[in-house]
Amino acid sequence: MTRISVRVDGASYDDDVEPRTLLVHYLREQLGKVGTVVGCDTSNCGACTVHLDGEAVKSCTVFAVQADGAEVTTIEGVGQDGLHPVQKAFHEMHGLQCGYCTPGMIMASIDLLGENPDPSDDEVREGIEGNLCRCTGYQNIVRAVRHAAAEMRGDGSGPPTDGHAAPAQVDTAAAPHVVGQA
Amino acid sequence: MIPAPFEYARPTTVDEALQAIAEGGEDVKVLAGGQSLIPVMRLRLAAPETVVDLGRVTELRGVREEDDAIVVGAMTTHSDVLADPLIAQYAPLVAEATATVADRQVRHRGTFGGALVHADPAGDLPAVALALDAEFVIAGPQGRRTVPAADFFVDYLTTAVEEGELLVEVRLPKLAGSWGMHYEKFNRVAQAWSIVAVAAAVRREDGHIAEARIGLTNMGPTPLRARAVEQALAGAEATQEAVAAAASHAAEGTDPSSDLNAQADYRQHLVTVLTRRAVSTAAGL
Ligand SMILES: Cc1cc2nc3c(=O)[nH]c(=O)nc-3n(C[C@H](O)[C@H](O)[C@H](O)COP(=O)(O)OP(=O)(O)OC[C@H]3O[C@@H](n4cnc5c(N)ncnc54)[C@H](O)[C@@H]3O)c2cc1C
Ligand code: FES
Ligand code: FES
Repeated sequence: MTRISVRVDGASYDDDVEPRTLLVHYLREQLGKVGTVVGCDTSNCGACTVHLDGEAVKSCTVFAVQADGAEVTTIEGVGQDGLHPVQKAFHEMHGLQCGYCTPGMIMASIDLLGENPDPSDDEVREGIEGNLCRCTGYQNIVRAVRHAAAEMRGDGSGPPTDGHAAPAQVDTAAAPHVVGQA
Repeated sequence: MIPAPFEYARPTTVDEALQAIAEGGEDVKVLAGGQSLIPVMRLRLAAPETVVDLGRVTELRGVREEDDAIVVGAMTTHSDVLADPLIAQYAPLVAEATATVADRQVRHRGTFGGALVHADPAGDLPAVALALDAEFVIAGPQGRRTVPAADFFVDYLTTAVEEGELLVEVRLPKLAGSWGMHYEKFNRVAQAWSIVAVAAAVRREDGHIAEARIGLTNMGPTPLRARAVEQALAGAEATQEAVAAAASHAAEGTDPSSDLNAQADYRQHLVTVLTRRAVSTAAGL
């Protein structure tokens, strides 16, 4: 066992951990921070993304001992008073369906917006390339991130002006040829 | 899965790290950014007895200038590399290739040295280091030695770093004259490794290509220099036709594998196309 001290979502913890304990398991099983989820065994899906000293990392690919002395922020700690603007934008723009990828998507997006407060669609897609979503097809996730970006920049009314002011209307509707086959 | 249990050492200097490695038993693994090591430990493809974490060895992190070279500490993360002004000025090829590595989360943890010592044939930095004639400073119980890139990459996942040793830093010579550089990577999905990629640095002089250095990613068990292309380009006119003619030699001497992404003959075709693109862009055509 190794003794670690970490701050997680603003609270300090001193704990004994096995060196092989992954940060995500420490957060979920020892601290009960189950907002951070595990979606794969290969470091690909990004569902487990948290911030370690302010940088987005895949918490399934960090040992808890490596976080000793560090500040960790999980999805449970991003909203100061109510929801974080990115959380709100995912809600408003329908940036989720089953929601499993969402904590990681939001943590990666916040990290991206810290570096680039006004990303284009392509820059959002590249910025969240480490996060996989099996439901949405990403369209509304990209809209949500750009919507949040505008909100966080304080650009007047909020939504970007390039026609993405609302969630996609057609994404979930069956395309005409599908209807024809039915 | 959860990795098998191991002893954990967290040195703060290179000397302490070498000692921890020496005392760690039969199977010791050095932990840099963990972005390759932790996944293989999770799959239990590796189950070291001792893990020596370099995360607190601050002397290994950062980029500095030293006369005719810039020196990149082994523990400098991919994101540190991307933000570094010396890299941007003297080795933009490194930044360009690093930007294609994985995704932002992995780039926050993964390190320049880790990616080079890991020496995955599909890894993006080995071919760049080879094209730039980098030098590798390795520390061991007997002191330090410097190995040129041409001798560093020994075989599949194997480098000149021996058991008991550490990669300390990498020297990238400053290039004199007017060089253009480009990294052309071919992959198909987000955060994917290179199917094939080409690193090109080209020096132009009065409308001609005076000199070209070309590194190939994933065209054999180790990164390769495209020597036949380099020879064909030396003194060639800086035209699309001349570059295409030279690039048609890119598959000479390569030995790519066949896997789920591509067959060997497809890779040998791809490398000629990507070399043409990489050299054209680097030459400003
Ligand atoms: C999802 C995903 C996608 C990726 N995509 C790419 C990609 O597209 N291109 C690419 O190039 N890479 C890719 N990578 C790998 C990434 O670049 C890793 O960061 C890199 O290969 C290893 O660096 P690390 O610092 O994480 O090393 P670690 O995982 O800590 O170590 C890797 C190996 O090197 C040894 N080692 C590390 N540092 C030293 C040292 N200083 N001295 C001696 N031995 C040392 C370790 O013992 C271990 O065997 C990807 C990784 C992931 C998880
Ligand atoms: S759980 Fe999939 S990347 Fe961490
Ligand atoms: S909303 Fe289901 S995985 Fe993204």
